[in-house]
Amino acid sequence: MKMTRRLSALLAALLLLLSVDAALGADDGFSTSYTYNYDYWSDVRESPDAYRVASVINSAMLGLEKIIRNPQSLYARDNDLYIADTGNNRILQVRREGQKFVFVREISQVQGAEPATFNSPQDVFADEAGNIYVADTNNQRVVMMDRDLNFLRAYVKPQDSTFDQGANFLPNKIVVDVAGRVYVLVTNVNKGLAKFEADGTFTGFIGANKVTTSMADYIWKMYFQTEAQRAQSENFVPTEYCNAYMDKEGFIYAVTNVFKEYDLLYDNAKPIRRLNGIGDDILIKNDRYPPIGDLVWDETDGPSKFADITVLEGDIYVAFDRTRGRIFGYDPQGIMLWAFGTRGNTDGAFKTPVSIEHMGYDLLCLDQSESSITVFTPTEYGNLIYKANTLYSEGKYDESADAWREVLRLNSNYNMAFIGVGRALLRQEHYTEAMDYFKMAHDRENYGRAFKLYRKIWVEENIWWVALILALVIVVPLIIGKVKKMKWEVFEHDRSKVHS
Amino acid sequence: MTAAKSIVKDPASRRRAAWERYKQSLHYAFHVITHPFDGYWDLVHEHRGTLAAAHTFLFLFLLTRIVKLMLTSFQFIAAPIQHINIFEQCGSLLLPFLILCLANWAMTTLFDGKGRFKDIYMAMCYALVPYILIQLPLVLVSNIITFEEASFYTVLMSFSLVWCVFLAFVGLMEVHDYGPGKTFVFLIVTVVGACVIIFLILVFFSLLSDALGYFVSMYREIMFRLN
Repeated sequence: MKMTRRLSALLAALLLLLSVDAALGADDGFSTSYTYNYDYWSDVRESPDAYRVASVINSAMLGLEKIIRNPQSLYARDNDLYIADTGNNRILQVRREGQKFVFVREISQVQGAEPATFNSPQDVFADEAGNIYVADTNNQRVVMMDRDLNFLRAYVKPQDSTFDQGANFLPNKIVVDVAGRVYVLVTNVNKGLAKFEADGTFTGFIGANKVTTSMADYIWKMYFQTEAQRAQSENFVPTEYCNAYMDKEGFIYAVTNVFKEYDLLYDNAKPIRRLNGIGDDILIKNDRYPPIGDLVWDETDGPSKFADITVLEGDIYVAFDRTRGRIFGYDPQGIMLWAFGTRGNTDGAFKTPVSIEHMGYDLLCLDQSESSITVFTPTEYGNLIYKANTLYSEGKYDESADAWREVLRLNSNYNMAFIGVGRALLRQEHYTEAMDYFKMAHDRENYGRAFKLYRKIWVEENIWWVALILALVIVVPLIIGKVKKMKWEVFEHDRSKVHS
Repeated sequence: MTAAKSIVKDPASRRRAAWERYKQSLHYAFHVITHPFDGYWDLVHEHRGTLAAAHTFLFLFLLTRIVKLMLTSFQFIAAPIQHINIFEQCGSLLLPFLILCLANWAMTTLFDGKGRFKDIYMAMCYALVPYILIQLPLVLVSNIITFEEASFYTVLMSFSLVWCVFLAFVGLMEVHDYGPGKTFVFLIVTVVGACVIIFLILVFFSLLSDALGYFVSMYREIMFRLN
């Protein structure tokens, strides 16, 4: 049959086309540049550097006799930087003077404490009054001391039924709020953060994951799993936060690495959380995807896993990914500002990222195996982004738009800048231009707003044309119909005359 | 049809007659989509439809699809233009369409369906007409309404799809002279059949590539030994 032959030829051609396309391969979305961002389609867009390495702090540079070993954490307050030098059982205090970092003192003894020395301290915190808190992990306590290292208080294993009395109390990370309440992340405890009042009493856990079971899960567990499988799956650990940061308003930003990969894009994993006083996650997520670091990853490395987080001026938060040694900055709406970093040995690359802190807009990143702190300082591009954001939150919309225009000059793939300029144009009633900008950023809501106003004006200006065309469309066929009818009637009339 | 051919000998007037028939069969689509039961019966059994018209509708359907992807306002469609391959788009519509027609023909032939493959193909192509008629103007409409007025757009869009599915159903019913129940059963059977066809195609191609690979490696081996 001719038909079938033609059909099979067509089929073969189509299959060929499809296979050729698959062989060529689409854009895989992995970043190849140091600094990048994601566009609307989750494709990687190269970007100018938002940060550059200002200096690297290491033992030699600080002039230490005993080199830093296995450091676990950083804490920065004003110009003071504290380093938890876990491997040497000490805390180092470093002060920033101008662009230089100068070694101040070594904290390895607490006067009046029992024992007076630390055993693998994993974290340090300093409050506004200058009191220093140390998570003295292997001594199973959190020590609080004044600025002259006199012992004030110790937070120890809670004598409470909610804490497993058989387990060791191994404080891992600590944050302290303005009222002196201490929140402790304890190793191997997955109930959230242990909360201690300022006087040392334990008042429970906050921020635990709510355990939820879906219908499908339940049916799977009850009817399809063997006894052994069920026993195994009960060992599934819900949340264990791996780091926390207390922001200026007293909310705790916490990061977790315990999640299933496929939950990330659907916002069920929530690797970054902002916990309020009762432990609910109140992080704002207004982008297409929640803040999860990289949106695309390959199977061998897996998704971004955050080691630490820090919160800059204006609620901009910066998370440190240990999977690929990358640093992700997000604005308060959860929109990615930039991402940069890589793994390696060069300046600006990391081997084992463990902790991140900030001084102003400068970032301090601690690498555990290199035992060094990389100090990043924003470039012109990075500063412009901050400037535009700050101006916008201050209500100076036009100045903010000018800053965004500067950003666009440096990086024409920056969505937030398009929206920023578009908003200003919309306020100035330049609707068509605003529409162009919103369209570039795929911002449907704002585009719709601008387009509605533009359409209103257009219709008002062209009302006569619109009316005329409508009239023509409706009236002309009516007249034609009438004329035809009249002709027909005349014809009929004539015919009837002939007959009669 | 054969009668018409034997009467008109002169090629020029034959071409004119064919053109007239083609135009009439295009126009007949309006009757089919508004009076599907009557229209489909006459389409096939009274030879009111032509294959040329069916091809035209299929082509217009693909064209609508592409125009829609390219020109619909970005407020209503998230089409990553930079990743879209027109051939892939057409292929991903055409291939299932043809496979489903084929599967339906294969199945209904065994269970006294009256339709030939040509009839089934024609009925399916005529069922695409509402899609073309509604979605093509909707592309224009999408550019003069805003995101907030999207309900207007989506209602019309779903309406066109429901209409198409209904037409396809009635079309199969009339083409095969089946009752609604039997048609429904055979729709399911058709989907199963299509899966089998796809499976066979995949098996065929993977075996083919294996066989080719065998001969290629044998050729290499021989050349290696000879040298």
